[in-house]
Amino acid sequence: MAHLNYEAAKRVAYRGFVILGVVTIVEVFIALLGKGYIVDGFHLSRPVMYLSMICLSLYKAYYIIFEFMHMRYELPGLVRSVLFPTILLIWVIIAFFYEGDTWFHWREAAREIPAEMQLGKPSGNSGLVPVHPTDSTESVHGVPADSAKPEGHGGPSHSH
Amino acid sequence: MMTTDQSLQKPVSNWDGGREPFKASYGKLMMWYFLLSDAFTFAGFLISYGALRFSSPTWPVPDFVFSSLPGGIHHKPLIFVTFMTFVLIVSSVTMVRAVQEGHRYNKKGVALWMMLTIVGGLIFLACQAWEWSTLMGKEHMTIHVNPFGTHIESGTYLDGDGHDVQKGDQFVAGKSYLIHKHGDEWAPLRYQTESGEVKQQQFGPKAFGALFYFITGFHGFHVFSGVVFLSIILVNVLSGIYANRKNHYEMVEKIGLYWHFVDLVWVFVFLVFYLL
Repeated sequence: MAHLNYEAAKRVAYRGFVILGVVTIVEVFIALLGKGYIVDGFHLSRPVMYLSMICLSLYKAYYIIFEFMHMRYELPGLVRSVLFPTILLIWVIIAFFYEGDTWFHWREAAREIPAEMQLGKPSGNSGLVPVHPTDSTESVHGVPADSAKPEGHGGPSHSH
Repeated sequence: MMTTDQSLQKPVSNWDGGREPFKASYGKLMMWYFLLSDAFTFAGFLISYGALRFSSPTWPVPDFVFSSLPGGIHHKPLIFVTFMTFVLIVSSVTMVRAVQEGHRYNKKGVALWMMLTIVGGLIFLACQAWEWSTLMGKEHMTIHVNPFGTHIESGTYLDGDGHDVQKGDQFVAGKSYLIHKHGDEWAPLRYQTESGEVKQQQFGPKAFGALFYFITGFHGFHVFSGVVFLSIILVNVLSGIYANRKNHYEMVEKIGLYWHFVDLVWVFVFLVFYLL
């Protein structure tokens, strides 16, 4: 398995340390800079920040797999049989994030409905729908609690 | 990769049997496939984290949640976890060196670099233990209570919490806060929004604690079992078993693959939990 001579292999190991270390520092720097910790009042736009951090992480993953785990010295068949199945994850990520976004909109829609009309009224601090206190004395979304009373006892009338 | 079998004068491929088609031993190939399946497990965890985060109106800001250092230092976002990342990177490099010494049959070299790798793993576990005990003991986050909330509107505090927040402090939407516990009682602060309403801090998304403990815990368990396997193989190296084996130090290569995978997973845990 000695594809490089010993000295060259040693250099790869230490170069790997420098590369992974520098990329990690750059990632943390982007995170802190982007969120305004380093320069007061300076923020990076989220897509730029997130995309650059994801790309840097993928580069780190590539380096670990191909250099440290010696994937680049394996036969193409082995490389494909290990790496191709992970392509499925692209679909999983898209599907689940899309679904998560749908849940978000359902929650937003559910909050527009007066609390008294909701099927499962959140009991205290469930943590899931906690954003507005729904005491009867408080107003919900600026609507006085009195005017938000359900008309009749027909149960929830929202149509989702 | 076709070669000619002299006796039959017929081309023989890697797949006709009698040879390793991928030129990798059975054990190494199976380690790769185990790691592939493990990658799917971690992907499932991280993707469920993403889906729940997408579905929540707010999410605790990581550089607020993870900003403590040992010795009572606070508000140093991401410093401690960057240190943990470096510990894993260093231990990965020492593992590479151990495998390289194995290729030149240098028993002492293998043992030395493996020992350093184990030390790295133990330091990482110690860091994680400290991080968890801070979150559990001081900040009272459990798998079903998440005291890290995030404001959805700007406003002014009407109470102080005796730590960082003073009465009259202003905050903007998107800023995270920690609800403190006094004795057995939670002490959420009251605040006035810009429109004049008086509200109280609410708990953050409930799933956050469970996701954090299960995902970093599952990774920590991998580090722990890696340390155990590294120790077993280190003992075997020292006993001289591998020097007499036909495949020599291949066991070191296999545990090396596993150990690099632990580092690889951390790249993504670090990205998803701490950076994004």
